Amino acid sequence: MNYAGKAHKVGDHIDTDAIIPARFLITTDPVELGSNCFEGLENGWVKRVKPGDILVGGKNFGCGSSREHAPIAILGAGMPVVIAHSFARIFYRNGFNMGLVLLEIGDDIEKISDGDELEVNAKEGAIKNLTTNAEIRSLPVPEFMAEILDRGGLVNYVRDKVS
Amino acid sequence: MAMTLAQKILQKHSSDQVKEAGQIVRARTSMVLANDITAPLSIDSFRKMGAKKVFDREKVALVCDHFTPNKDIDSAEQVKKVREFAKEMDVVHYYEGGNVGVEHALLPELGLVGPGDIVVGADSHTCTYGGLGAFATGMGSTDIAAAMALGETWFKVPETIKVNISGQHDKYITSKDLILHLIGLIGVDGALYRALEFTGPVISDMEVEGRMTMANMAIEAGGKVGLFPADAKTVDYCRSNGFANPEEIYPDEGAVYCREVNIDVTGMAPQIACPHLPDNVKSVDELINIRLDQVVLGSCTNGRISDLRQAAEIIKGHKVHKDVRFIVLPATPKIYEQALDEGLLSIFIKAGAIVGPPTCGPCLGGHMGILAAGEKCLATTNRNFKGRMGSLESEVYLGSPIVAAASAVAGEIIHPARM
Ligand code: SF4
Repeated sequence: MNYAGKAHKVGDHIDTDAIIPARFLITTDPVELGSNCFEGLENGWVKRVKPGDILVGGKNFGCGSSREHAPIAILGAGMPVVIAHSFARIFYRNGFNMGLVLLEIGDDIEKISDGDELEVNAKEGAIKNLTTNAEIRSLPVPEFMAEILDRGGLVNYVRDKVS
Repeated sequence: MAMTLAQKILQKHSSDQVKEAGQIVRARTSMVLANDITAPLSIDSFRKMGAKKVFDREKVALVCDHFTPNKDIDSAEQVKKVREFAKEMDVVHYYEGGNVGVEHALLPELGLVGPGDIVVGADSHTCTYGGLGAFATGMGSTDIAAAMALGETWFKVPETIKVNISGQHDKYITSKDLILHLIGLIGVDGALYRALEFTGPVISDMEVEGRMTMANMAIEAGGKVGLFPADAKTVDYCRSNGFANPEEIYPDEGAVYCREVNIDVTGMAPQIACPHLPDNVKSVDELINIRLDQVVLGSCTNGRISDLRQAAEIIKGHKVHKDVRFIVLPATPKIYEQALDEGLLSIFIKAGAIVGPPTCGPCLGGHMGILAAGEKCLATTNRNFKGRMGSLESEVYLGSPIVAAASAVAGEIIHPARM
């Protein structure tokens, strides 16, 4: 559960329509959804992303509808981790369930700027900003949720359990 | 450690040690719920998980209440899918047709939920059972599919806002007015990610049905759950509905709250949420000359027998205004029968109301009372988002059953004392 990549920072109260507008909900394919990730924010936003990059959100990230397409789109765009000040409740659940790593760090979000290079140890909840040398802690991802993430999300996790 | 109600109930169902807010714990579910809109998606996820059986055929409830009696071919197909799944899984609590009621009125009445339970549902108003002292909350379809398969789920331990309600109010004030007042006070995100815990003399005096009305709208303040202590009244209520061994449950002395809100109801006038958000709350006296086209009495918020009694008492001997369609939907078959036996339905019909079957119907703009552009409705439901009950240019006001009955007669929103 170690990640490294460039930070792409977005603002406060980013809603699920900004992440993936309703007109793209005609599919559940991660790659297709990913290619339209943040179309509700800015045309072609996703072009800046390289696989492995890290999304950085503000307050109440993922508010709005309960669509599971939102975390799928972020994953499909190649971003395995979202660090935010805070997450909206249903997005938080859906994120982990779809296999997206979510780390909440409150006001420490100020220690990350757009374009910074980050290193993340999700199990420890340790974030290192390689650009500024700042070290940031979040609550570590609990063991069993790490298990869900390790298996690529809730559907796979349950599949292993019931089989 | 001194625990809030939320912490206490989570601990009861978890092998993890419940400590501070923000921590994530795994907990066993007492009841898992989905309806005719959300169950089909959960069924898809359930299949993808490769699950062959639900974790307990007695602890899954599938309630086809939203677009039923099926309003069109699509809704009939959805219900069919849920029905076939229920048969395949041998689900005991499948409801459709003559035994279906609005889910959050139905489950408590059937004794399927009670104090100390953890209930998860693919419906945001699952929080209603907090009125019985159950930790109950809404989730996405895949979460519910997992809970159906495993009988457990994960929760982030919420911080709790304590809401203390005291004072003396007159007979025109109901639990609906109190919850609308609170939402107006703290806003639609005032309890985001948090639990609401209700306490104080007004709450102790309140009947259980009124508490469920309040818990129902916790989500309208962004809350995860709206919890009431389960006292002797709760235990009586649950026992009489056949819930096995209900127990009283209270928060610990010294539990930690993130915020306390004190409300004094003395002198309060009936509260109305104006278009288009539940926190746009005004006193009824501030609303002058709001002419109505429709009034709806029903839903998981206010479609219970006590609601029908309050409205019938007001409307008895009066006539519904000629310009108003007054739609009355008892929330469950049992409530319908009770209202029939008590003569309430006859009071409504004589007044010129339309009495329909138990269904969500107009509450979500489904059917049986859709609004045209420019029309205004006062409803006892819980959401007045833009277009919720029909046209994007229609308007929904939310109020109590008493205000609904009085306003149906007046043809405009009025204080029931002025009728
Ligand atoms: S009555 Fe309205 S709020 Fe309640 S479950 Fe039905 S649609 Fe949802």
